[in-house]
Amino acid sequence: MLLRTADLGFAYDARQPVLTGVSLDVRAGALLGVLGPNGSGKTTLLGLLAGMRRPTSGSVTLDDRPLHTYSRRELARRIAVVPQETHLAFDYSVMEMVLMGRHPHLGLFEVEGPRDLAVAREALSATSVAHLEDRDFATLSGGEKQRVVIAAALAQATDVLLLDEPTSSLDLGAQLDIAELLVQLNTTRGVTIVVSTHALALASGICRELLLLREGRVLATGATADILTPDHVRALYDVDADVHVHPGTGQLSVVPLRRTTR
Amino acid sequence: MTTAVRRRLWTVLPLFAAAAAMAVIVAPTVGSTSISLVRAFDASIPWADNVDAQIFFVARLPRVLAAAMVGATLAASGVVLQALLRNPLATPFTLGVSAGAALGAMLVIATGLDVGALGVTTVPMASFAGSLAATAIVYWLARSQRRGLSTNVLLLAGVTLNSFFSALIMFVQYLADFTQSFRTIRWLMGDLDVGSYGPLVAALPFVVLSFTVFAVLPRTLNLLTLGSDVAASRGVDVVRAERLAFLSASLATGAAVSLAGPIGFIGIVVPHLVRLLVGADHRIVLPASACFGAAFLIGCDVVSRTALAPLELPVGIVTAMIGGPFFLWQLVRHS
Repeated sequence: MLLRTADLGFAYDARQPVLTGVSLDVRAGALLGVLGPNGSGKTTLLGLLAGMRRPTSGSVTLDDRPLHTYSRRELARRIAVVPQETHLAFDYSVMEMVLMGRHPHLGLFEVEGPRDLAVAREALSATSVAHLEDRDFATLSGGEKQRVVIAAALAQATDVLLLDEPTSSLDLGAQLDIAELLVQLNTTRGVTIVVSTHALALASGICRELLLLREGRVLATGATADILTPDHVRALYDVDADVHVHPGTGQLSVVPLRRTTR
Repeated sequence: MTTAVRRRLWTVLPLFAAAAAMAVIVAPTVGSTSISLVRAFDASIPWADNVDAQIFFVARLPRVLAAAMVGATLAASGVVLQALLRNPLATPFTLGVSAGAALGAMLVIATGLDVGALGVTTVPMASFAGSLAATAIVYWLARSQRRGLSTNVLLLAGVTLNSFFSALIMFVQYLADFTQSFRTIRWLMGDLDVGSYGPLVAALPFVVLSFTVFAVLPRTLNLLTLGSDVAASRGVDVVRAERLAFLSASLATGAAVSLAGPIGFIGIVVPHLVRLLVGADHRIVLPASACFGAAFLIGCDVVSRTALAPLELPVGIVTAMIGGPFFLWQLVRHS
């Protein structure tokens, strides 16, 4: 098993745990979606999977070795993270942003060489933004920015990619582009992907497995078709929903009907 | 095929270094008595007879070197603080770090504790302690707001720290005797008239140490500006990197202030102009700012020596005349 959590718990304050008893297996090559309402612990879970936070209880292992036994640098060569949004205080160019992904592969005073440049260019074309190489990052559209940030994560050359609500600030077209890109990275490059999202269409469209989080606990986990049911949607969001197979795409389509009270 | 960074490291940085070196050599020739560079460097004329060399090396060079050291140090600390706090408006002066350093230095000067031997005095230590205390407060504020400091918080913290330290400085002044007060007021305005090489030697170890740390920081600073979570996910040991940045910037500011008082606005004017010229990559911005900061403060000092000659303006007034409006312009642009 590539990434595994066992009885994982996390709390900033012992009286208010953010995550409780989360056990999760991520196989190599998986495309796992993490769903849950705001404050359910999705971002915290991704932070723990990336080793950016230390669990309060339980463990996270990568290749059966606890995450905290890896150095930051070792970990950064295995797991890359794409944050929800990227705001820059300084005007980096697109190429500079992507080359920053090479950090864990460079020595202290080493400057990126031709090989790093080739990796960065390849990552930019994999995310279809090679033509933006010389642009200022700040001048890009939301969708283009997200592609560049994903390219920087690819330049990190890791086998695991964690994305935190990567489409939440994007318009419909850009959301579809990112969804397509994730599937492509997963199938053609074999990148293991864990993506948290509020977008049920994204989850049903691309994720093969789902993990449902509510108030820091796992509500259900398994294959998407088994997990995305009206009962689960109600339990997760307090919303009555109609779930059916869309005749055009063959994907599950969730139509919210009304808010229920708990 | 070579990368843009490598190319620019080898083409841009030598230009900046040359500009700084040029400023160091040319500035001592400017002044009330005009001297000839050729004569000053003519080794065939005996030292006792070579007035040009005496004016160059004894009267003027220490002051120019002080300007170079202070300018380079303040500009570089500005760059580091801006990256650390993820805000291009952060500077040692406006954050109150310089004022903290000044308070530290004032305390030992006024209490007569500025004892020393072989040109090494306690003043740089004391101003380092002061700048460290101020940076610690700013850093603590920044850490408690997990996404980095907003410009509002940053400015308010700076105003508060500056007024707080100013009040304490005035209190020390109030208790000190009159002649000492006159000396310290002049110093508080920012004054590069170091008189001899002694103070430079005293500050040098602090400057060398902080620049040694600055040398390992730049690529990490690039990542820190993306946010601490992103930096961590790219392999940066964030806590260690932030501590190093914070200590080295305090050390550098302490050294600069102990030498010449709290000279303002170098830390924003210089890094900003450098970024306009070379982009945002800290591997270029940091060394280029150090070089340009040296040349810039030397230039300001020439103005302060010549503008109202024979009267000498404190250089802090010249930098404030340029830096104050510049800072306001940046504030309008960034908010």
